[in-house]
Amino acid sequence: MKSKSLKINKSARSVIVTVGMILIAYIVCQILIATGNMSNLLQNLLVSMCYYSIMAVSLNLTVGILGQLSLGHAGFMCIGAFTGAIFSKCTVNSIENTFIRLTLALLIGAVAAGLFGIVIGIVVLRLRGDYLAIVTLAFGEIIKNVLNVLYIGYDSKGLHFSMKDAISLNLEEGGTVLVKGAQGISGTPRDATFTVGVVLLLITYLIIVNLVNSRSGRAIMAIRDNHIAAESVGINITKYKILAFSISAALAGVAGVLYSHNIATVQSSKFGYNLSIMILVFVVLGGMGNLRGSIIAAVLLTLLPEYLRFLSDYRMLIYAVILIVMMLYNWSPACVAWRNKFSPKILLNKFSGAMLKKSKEV
Amino acid sequence: MNFLTHLLNGISLGSIYSIIALGYTMVYGIAKMLNFAHGDVIMVGGFIIFTMMSTLGLNPFLSVLIAMILCTLLGVTIERIAYKPLRKAPSLAVLITAIGVSYLLQNLALLIYGAEAKSFTSVIPIKALTLLDGRLSISGETLVTIPICIIIMTVLNTFVRKSKTGRGMIAVSEDKEAAVLMGVNVNKTIAITFAIGSAIAAIGSALMFSAYSKLSPTSGAMPGIKAFVAAVFGGIGSIPGAMIGGILLGVIEILSRAYISTQLGDAIVFLILIIVLLVKPTGILGKKIQEKV
Repeated sequence: MKSKSLKINKSARSVIVTVGMILIAYIVCQILIATGNMSNLLQNLLVSMCYYSIMAVSLNLTVGILGQLSLGHAGFMCIGAFTGAIFSKCTVNSIENTFIRLTLALLIGAVAAGLFGIVIGIVVLRLRGDYLAIVTLAFGEIIKNVLNVLYIGYDSKGLHFSMKDAISLNLEEGGTVLVKGAQGISGTPRDATFTVGVVLLLITYLIIVNLVNSRSGRAIMAIRDNHIAAESVGINITKYKILAFSISAALAGVAGVLYSHNIATVQSSKFGYNLSIMILVFVVLGGMGNLRGSIIAAVLLTLLPEYLRFLSDYRMLIYAVILIVMMLYNWSPACVAWRNKFSPKILLNKFSGAMLKKSKEV
Repeated sequence: MNFLTHLLNGISLGSIYSIIALGYTMVYGIAKMLNFAHGDVIMVGGFIIFTMMSTLGLNPFLSVLIAMILCTLLGVTIERIAYKPLRKAPSLAVLITAIGVSYLLQNLALLIYGAEAKSFTSVIPIKALTLLDGRLSISGETLVTIPICIIIMTVLNTFVRKSKTGRGMIAVSEDKEAAVLMGVNVNKTIAITFAIGSAIAAIGSALMFSAYSKLSPTSGAMPGIKAFVAAVFGGIGSIPGAMIGGILLGVIEILSRAYISTQLGDAIVFLILIIVLLVKPTGILGKKIQEKV
């Protein structure tokens, strides 16, 4: 038995810890709900914690592991939310089983967002650094703006699209308008539950961890560390960048589907630059490249503002300070020197060294 | 005549974009960083002018001058506190810090002035000019904005090419290490660049808010991003490029709002950015820089 437990390597142990953490949190929440010890406020937050965590973990794949800053992550969530909601609204009468309907909606949302991810990835990933960041921002805004004026209707002939208004859809009698421009899409069946959210979070986490620990993951991280060196050892940069980018987009689409099935009305204006930045704050606070950190940060930063109501005016201000302070703490030469001087490991070494000296003297 | 009015409005908006784009293009050329907070410095400039004029009742010219001084201080302070320690950090870290600074300024303004849009009194005392029996009307703001843009551009271009400090800027932008060996003080040069960029931003904010009259904590962000698009369009790092890019972008934006779709104006601007970056990533007047291994 002993030799078997030793075989579990570091990454596997980390996965077990994270999955265990999520499951324990889930069980604790369920017990609290069952015994009536959880406030309504918190119960309403449970699903949103799940989709923010999924968003943070998936963005971490692009920012932390691929090393490219994406400022349009909310755009992919938007696509997932809209396609998933449209599918569920169209099939709410024909597919009665909630589980099958939600699963299909999730798949469709993920595929749609993933396809956009591939298309945008092909365009965007030729660029690097700041240009890439600004173009992902541009794509996010384009998606938001186009969906803001898009009208979609549904009748016996199928789907109708218009960029003007509901009348120009030319629907037959009895047809329904699904998406009403800036008013968005409402009346999506509320199929998302906390259990579904946790399962999706686990799946997302395992997909990304599996990717990171695979040959492809190592290639992606090699590109992050030095793209010229990676290319010169024969890594196909474009292929791996698009792989990481589209997986990240598809998972953001999943989060979007979860979002649209949890909330009464989905409006594209909610998926702006601000949401992308909020998710980025989760990733930066949790540690770029650290998936568990992203989940913890997403949960904490969703919970805290609700408990610290008196701080709600300062919420975005605190996010801004977090971004600046984290970056300065990590990279400023003065902070790095300070950290090296006072890090617990070094202090401990010093302490034990001093003890050793003392014991020798005795 | 309609088309001419739109065209003039476009050139006027474009001139504002090019003034803002100067700050981006100079900082990007010299410090190799995208100063996301530049758009918010413009917003701060707007609020300073607003406070000076509405609350303290100062003369418009004095207000703009004070805004220029305060924005310069703000720009230099931001650079000193947030960007200077990160000179050797990866560009991702610098970009995230810049986004943080942008958010910080927006939310500070939100706490002080509230989310509601303030109506900004125009600082320009010139009345609108009516031509061709009233069929063509040019606003006072347009009449002033275009010449001011040309003057700033010329002065700045001369400064960069002729003065010792300006040549130091070019040296730093071309090769930082070599510039240090030639005795250029890199930190000072970057600080001066931020100072100039922020002072010009204050002029830009006076012109922009005079023309559009609505001022809120978020009203700097979108013009800021569009001005960056303009800088990329014209070729980042090039001062005449910022002017050409800005004016082209302004004209395209106004014409597409007028003839294609009002709501999709922003989307079209961003689409142009994407096309430019794909077809000619260096912009209209940009130089190609080979990456060193």
